[in-house]
Amino acid sequence: MRTLLLTAGLAALATGAAAQDRQLQLYNWGDYTSPELIQKFEQETGIDVTITDYDSNDTALAKVQAGGHGFDLVVPSANYVPIWVEQGLIQKLDQSRLPNFKNIAPEWVDVDWDPGRRFTIPWQWGTTGVAVNTSVYSGDINTSNIFLDPPEELRGKINVVPEMNDIVSLAIMNVGGEPCTEDLDILRQVRDKLMNAKPFWLSMDYDSEAKLSANDIMAAATWNGPSMRARLNNPPVAYGYPKEGYPLWMDSVALLSDAQHVDEAYEFLNFIMAPENAALISNYARYANGIAGSEEFMDPEMRDAPEIVIPEESKAAGVFLPTCPSSAVELYSRIWTELQS
Amino acid sequence: MAMSSSAETAAARRRGRSGWLLSTPALVLLLLGAAGPLLVVLAFSLLSKGEYGGVALPVSGQAWFEIFFQRDIFDGTISPAKAHLAIFWRSVWLSLATTLITFVLGLPTAWFIATRPERQRALWLFLITIPFWTNLLIRTFAIMEVIRNEGLLNTTLIAMGAIDQPLQILFTDWATLIGMAYVYLPLMVLPLYAAIDRFDMRLLEAGYDLYASRWRLLRRVILPIVRPGIVAGCILVFIPSLGAYVTPRVLGGGTNMMVGNFIELQFGQARNWPLGASLSMALLIIVMVALLVYVRASAREGRDG
Amino acid sequence: MAEPRPFSVTRLPGFTAIAITAFVALYLPIITIVVFSFNALSSMSQWGGFSLHWYREAWANDTVQEATIRSLLIATVAALVSTVVATLAALGTTRQGRFRGRTAIYALINQPLMVPEIVTAVSLLIVFGAIRQATGYQGLGYLMLAHSAFCVPFAYLPIRARLEGMDRTLELAAADLYATPLQAFRRITLPLLMPGIAAGAMLAFVISLDDVVITEFVKSAGQDTLATYMLGQFRRTLTPEVNAISTALLALTLVLLTGFFLITRKRA
Repeated sequence: MRTLLLTAGLAALATGAAAQDRQLQLYNWGDYTSPELIQKFEQETGIDVTITDYDSNDTALAKVQAGGHGFDLVVPSANYVPIWVEQGLIQKLDQSRLPNFKNIAPEWVDVDWDPGRRFTIPWQWGTTGVAVNTSVYSGDINTSNIFLDPPEELRGKINVVPEMNDIVSLAIMNVGGEPCTEDLDILRQVRDKLMNAKPFWLSMDYDSEAKLSANDIMAAATWNGPSMRARLNNPPVAYGYPKEGYPLWMDSVALLSDAQHVDEAYEFLNFIMAPENAALISNYARYANGIAGSEEFMDPEMRDAPEIVIPEESKAAGVFLPTCPSSAVELYSRIWTELQS
Repeated sequence: MAMSSSAETAAARRRGRSGWLLSTPALVLLLLGAAGPLLVVLAFSLLSKGEYGGVALPVSGQAWFEIFFQRDIFDGTISPAKAHLAIFWRSVWLSLATTLITFVLGLPTAWFIATRPERQRALWLFLITIPFWTNLLIRTFAIMEVIRNEGLLNTTLIAMGAIDQPLQILFTDWATLIGMAYVYLPLMVLPLYAAIDRFDMRLLEAGYDLYASRWRLLRRVILPIVRPGIVAGCILVFIPSLGAYVTPRVLGGGTNMMVGNFIELQFGQARNWPLGASLSMALLIIVMVALLVYVRASAREGRDG
Repeated sequence: MAEPRPFSVTRLPGFTAIAITAFVALYLPIITIVVFSFNALSSMSQWGGFSLHWYREAWANDTVQEATIRSLLIATVAALVSTVVATLAALGTTRQGRFRGRTAIYALINQPLMVPEIVTAVSLLIVFGAIRQATGYQGLGYLMLAHSAFCVPFAYLPIRARLEGMDRTLELAAADLYATPLQAFRRITLPLLMPGIAAGAMLAFVISLDDVVITEFVKSAGQDTLATYMLGQFRRTLTPEVNAISTALLALTLVLLTGFFLITRKRA
């Protein structure tokens, strides 16, 4: 039996080695990659795609920085892209190998964090707000106090995504500051606000969707995508846009400097910029993407979903998160460390 | 005669040499894959933190200082690092509580098995061993399904009318505690059983005549005799509880961290490798101290017996 | 008053009740997992009739298949390597009388049992990360090395126990009959030792299959084992697919354990 197992194992190794020349290692946020998209890509190209999850920009950065990760593509948020570039972790893209580059919606081409899109291409964009199970709490949900000063009904039933910039920015705007502020008075209030709120949080995890769907939690500080996915499983879940201010963000795909499957990576990058494929990404994760013309391939329920189409009255409060100077990031990460421990 | 004695010393030398020789492959494997890397962790704990993860020069005691003290972000004052101490404290009390619960459940269980008829014992023992060898994740997952808001426990209690709102157990310290007690119970039962099994039941008869009350019998006769098993069981439960990672991660929800999770955080999101390294070493030291106490205790046991 | 057995003194108040409770508590959650793996619904709390749907689903899942093969491959290598080196070490430490440094060898062999797994895991993360960067080698070798190392004490203990309980008469007789040490080892010692070796290999196999923490830290892209795959699944909306995988893994462990018990029992 041992020899049998061994031969089976060796055979598996051998086939693994054969598949090795046509494979792609995608390092992406958890619950973010459409299986349908991957299946279609694998069928069309014969490339075997493996997806590994991460739960925050900092985790991804730390893992890649540690070396020997083996990933080809990564999906950092806009405000982290300059760090990846500066650290030499991602490489410049050869746009001549990306015929679908022309499909990027004009407003997403010349972006602050990557002018001319020399390093990244759009994946999805969205907002960070609050998701509330309205069968438990019927008050105003368009406020970050849902998790920073929670109403009685929600206390102890809240999940907060462990993404530093989103949460700290929500708290800064909640006390009246602006993202990237280095004003110590404001930051002191931010820290106190977060530390006082923490006892009311049940968990800090990225899987808001699963928890909201299973009624393990009744509210979350989270992104619009999981909130919509949870609503489709559990109708009373609604998404609120904090009127004190909420972050807008975009995550983009980048090619790692030490990628081992560069050709496959280019094929994938080009593939996801085709509108019908970009729509698959959105249909799964429930965010908008930056590819022009992809809307017509999206599920009908996406077109007027309150999580995706920002209501007129909430538009003004949205702030696209800039890349903060490292002195500000240093302050935030110290607050964050205190909060997490 | 002279020949044989020199042959004996030669034999002794040969034994020593071949003892080492035969053990070498195992030692090399362990040095590469387990013991050696620990030295690197020690070295990392004495370096400074790199800007985006990793370590950097200069050599510094900062990481060890950070375990215990913190510099306030705003006014620079130094105070005890309450958050870190709270995590250590949670790890210690949860581990102690786990040890206590498994003991309270484990002693009667071991006693029960040891007093079964000879032929049945192996079967009962086997039943304890199965969960022990079952994948830790599967057991953690199983207990999660039981305690979640819409899980077996809450739905049963609600159906019975005992409560009308589900009890929030999942993602609290209680979840971690229940999970660890569940996962480590067999580790307590097995050494207790081994100790009770050696116990001569006729002593009980004599004791029963002397003390009459079963509780006093338990305290005066049984507990002292099975003490080596108790000490071994407690150490076998306490040490893995202290370093637990999977159970608090799955059941604790990311806010009720134990030392193991906090260490991971330093190597991931918090990107403070030196602190992660110094915390790992601190955990190792605590475990070694616990083991030392155990060795002492069992040595004393040996002298007494 | 009907006392069932003559030695009623062995019955302590409440002990049997607590023991039964403990057994129920141990098995109820596992049984729930097994039962719901056959659920026709995708719910983990509502029963919708018997079905093998989730087994088919898990079986058709490429990621699960690959992770299974990887788990079995790593466990096989780890069991083989650790058993071979543990057998040699057991012979070296029990057959050679006392010698200088034997305690140090014991300590090193048992080291994986004493050091918390998370500490070993981060140490390997650091060291293997550096080696990966230096050599460019990304394969499964790192996981195999790590698993082989932490399996050593589990393979070593039953082999040593067997060796210590073994009668040396036969070996001495063989030596008297001018068998070379190697012949004596192959013809006499090894066959007698075989049950211990088999038991050690099985324990090592199960331990490797079980590991989550070290694997989670050491693996690089696309190296999920069944255990780390499941850890990742806990963050999603769970379906009974996880139950099905768990049940299959449970069945495998059970088969190996039964084998282990039959082997060690023969000895007695």
